[in-house]
Amino acid sequence: MTRQQLLDLYFLEARARLIDVAAFLDRLDRAEGKADFRLEAFKRALGELQREGGERTDAVLRSLSDPTLEPIPAATTKAACGAWPGHA
Amino acid sequence: MRYIEPHAHMVSRVTDDYRDMLTAGCAAVCEPAFWAGFDRSSPRGFYDYFCQLTDYEPRRAAKFGLPHFCWLCINPKEAEDVKLAEEVIALIPQFLERPNVLGIGEIGLNKNSRNELQILERHVELAARHDQMILVHTPHLEDKLKGTKLILDALKADKRINPERVIIDHVEEHTVKLVLDAGFWAGMTLYPETKCTAARAVDILECYGAERLWLNSACDWGQSVPLAVPYAALEMRRRGHGREFVDRVIYGNPLRFLSQCPKFKLAEG
Repeated sequence: MTRQQLLDLYFLEARARLIDVAAFLDRLDRAEGKADFRLEAFKRALGELQREGGERTDAVLRSLSDPTLEPIPAATTKAACGAWPGHA
Repeated sequence: MRYIEPHAHMVSRVTDDYRDMLTAGCAAVCEPAFWAGFDRSSPRGFYDYFCQLTDYEPRRAAKFGLPHFCWLCINPKEAEDVKLAEEVIALIPQFLERPNVLGIGEIGLNKNSRNELQILERHVELAARHDQMILVHTPHLEDKLKGTKLILDALKADKRINPERVIIDHVEEHTVKLVLDAGFWAGMTLYPETKCTAARAVDILECYGAERLWLNSACDWGQSVPLAVPYAALEMRRRGHGREFVDRVIYGNPLRFLSQCPKFKLAEG
């Protein structure tokens, strides 16, 4: 598809998600209390959007990922939270 | 439109979902063993679950004329208890000859712990010893990249494992190339939030080709959409892909992979 066709197909959806992200950050600004490591991880991932060359998705996913290679000693929870605390 | 749903946890779904999938063109459904949302208290709980997957659930699907297949294992979410996991693995061989069992799955990792890795290796050993195909679950979110690397290392370390008979599921943009470059099949799971959207799945197909990729809904008791595969087919059509390409991705590819198990047979037409 051409860039024009992709814009016609996806622009409004992407625009809506972009505004949702802005509203999410504003909501956090208005709230009280301390944020945990996920907010910093989120902001760091946002920085990856400035990349050029079609590698943004990979970069965002890697930015939120555990970069280590060794198995952890034991699983103390079953859930994943979406960001790796070790960057904090 | 016709499609195969290669990864769906139908024991968690209502019968109306079978009807909707049939209406959308589903030709077969495959159900890997997974976590029930709570830890089972003993191996007997798994014995009953394996009976459900190999006896009751295929009969429920058959009421709609839908062939039902399954994969057996203890899911990595319950692999931290090594003793329990080994007792469950010991139960599996007696089920392997049942007519709808395709292989061992969905094995893999969840939090990438040492015990999970040990139980993954036990499952790989079981599959190799019984010449079974393998379906692999890769971890969620921040754990996926590391877990995929550990899983690939574990699979490649066993020279009896033929990558063409292994599918590594839940790939995303940062893991798909690792999997395909190592010669394995890759599955993309269509979830509203935590895995691939339909648009991203089509991106991946456009970037990496459709040679060894399939799509699945992995619908279960959580937020998931049983018709995610046919919805993704619509997304492919919106993106200008022809009917032959769509058919290859959602029907031909799972058919090609799954037919490596002689028990995977579909009715003609």
